Amino acid sequence: MITVSSLLDEQWYERYKNISKLNIRSSIYDVTNRCNLRCKGCFFFSSGEHKAAQEEMDILKWERFIEKEKERGVNLAILIGGEPTLCLDRVEAFYKRLPTFCATNGQIKVPRDRFPDMMVGISLWGDEKDEKILRGKDTFAVSSKHYEGDEYTYYLYTITPRQIGKTEHIIKKIRDIGVKVHMQLLSNDEGVDGFSWRDEELIDIRAEMDEMLDHYPDTVISSRYYHKVITSGTMLGRKFGWMECPSVTETFDNRKPQPKRLIHFIRWASDLKTMHRCCTSETRDCSTCKDGAAHMSWVMVNKRAHIRTAEDLQNWIEVYEMFAKLYRFIPW
Amino acid sequence: MRTEQSISDIILRVAHVMIEELKLEDVTPKTFDPDIDLVDEIGIDSMDLATVALVLQDEYGMRFDEDDYPGLTTIRLIAEYIKDALS
Ligand code: SF4
Ligand code: SF4
Repeated sequence: MITVSSLLDEQWYERYKNISKLNIRSSIYDVTNRCNLRCKGCFFFSSGEHKAAQEEMDILKWERFIEKEKERGVNLAILIGGEPTLCLDRVEAFYKRLPTFCATNGQIKVPRDRFPDMMVGISLWGDEKDEKILRGKDTFAVSSKHYEGDEYTYYLYTITPRQIGKTEHIIKKIRDIGVKVHMQLLSNDEGVDGFSWRDEELIDIRAEMDEMLDHYPDTVISSRYYHKVITSGTMLGRKFGWMECPSVTETFDNRKPQPKRLIHFIRWASDLKTMHRCCTSETRDCSTCKDGAAHMSWVMVNKRAHIRTAEDLQNWIEVYEMFAKLYRFIPW
Repeated sequence: MRTEQSISDIILRVAHVMIEELKLEDVTPKTFDPDIDLVDEIGIDSMDLATVALVLQDEYGMRFDEDDYPGLTTIRLIAEYIKDALS
């Protein structure tokens, strides 16, 4: 039987042990159905999820719900929306009870006096031009002012095919304001012309993502293996898709055979009763899904499959560390 | 009626279930070190443990509390947990 220590030297083994018992149990919460932007390709609006449930307005009900989530074993609340910062009282209800990550478009500043160390992930969809096409405005111009130098913030840079050859410009902009960045790929849920990935583009963007990681290791939070998995949709010879996805809401999961998955994972709608199928769009075709968190989790839940060679296991460690940093379980 | 089992019987049975359920290779219940750290050395995670626990629960007619999973880091500790639950 192959053991972890037989594959790793002392330094890597220490890194493994630092994360192996973290036991992260996340769930995702739609904090609100509203947003102050309407991006083309936003899965939330394009799949009609904003209408799936009536928002719960009573903050006491949110508080009781979060307590129950905690009892259910959740130890990481991932807040999405709509735009969570439109409802800071709800965000605060989570933050006071659980390790919390808040996704935002960065147009409203999370007040650091109320949320001193909450991890904030700001969405960014490209350069000024693409942001204007897809999101109606250059969001970076505003978010960069709100979060300059903030150590508990990173940009979640959703790369589109049109960004090939231009990512360095973005990475430098982010580096220059002293914030970290993590990269993922647009799934183009609304089929906007010119924003769907072709195979050769995925090969090019993988090389570019690797280059950004090598050139800006203090700014880019990523791993080469993650780049490989997300651009190829494959891992250890297996293909990503419905039958492999780890981020399916537990109660919807009747797959047989049952793949490795996130334990007790649920994505809750803002009525605190309705559940969505998975961490992203209800209507997305799983075979073309590029969801970054789902791919990352796919690697993470398949730990034993990576205990084959030193390289496989080191790849797994790097992806897990990346996740743990992005959700503040270990420092940058 | 179940006859009382010794801790070493339970250890062998836990090892067997673990090998079968998790499809562990190159190990037998007899060669499986009952004190090896399952997380740090074998890479067992809580879903693996839940899979194994489900089978053991049925077999021994007891329950594993999920909150106790983090403490169940060796086969011996799992066997002792079962024995305690039965006593
Ligand atoms: S900011 Fe986010 S939630 Fe709002 S429309 Fe854009 S992608 Fe959707
Ligand atoms: S759309 Fe993506 S995240 Fe959702 S179930 Fe399918 S593969 Fe998983």
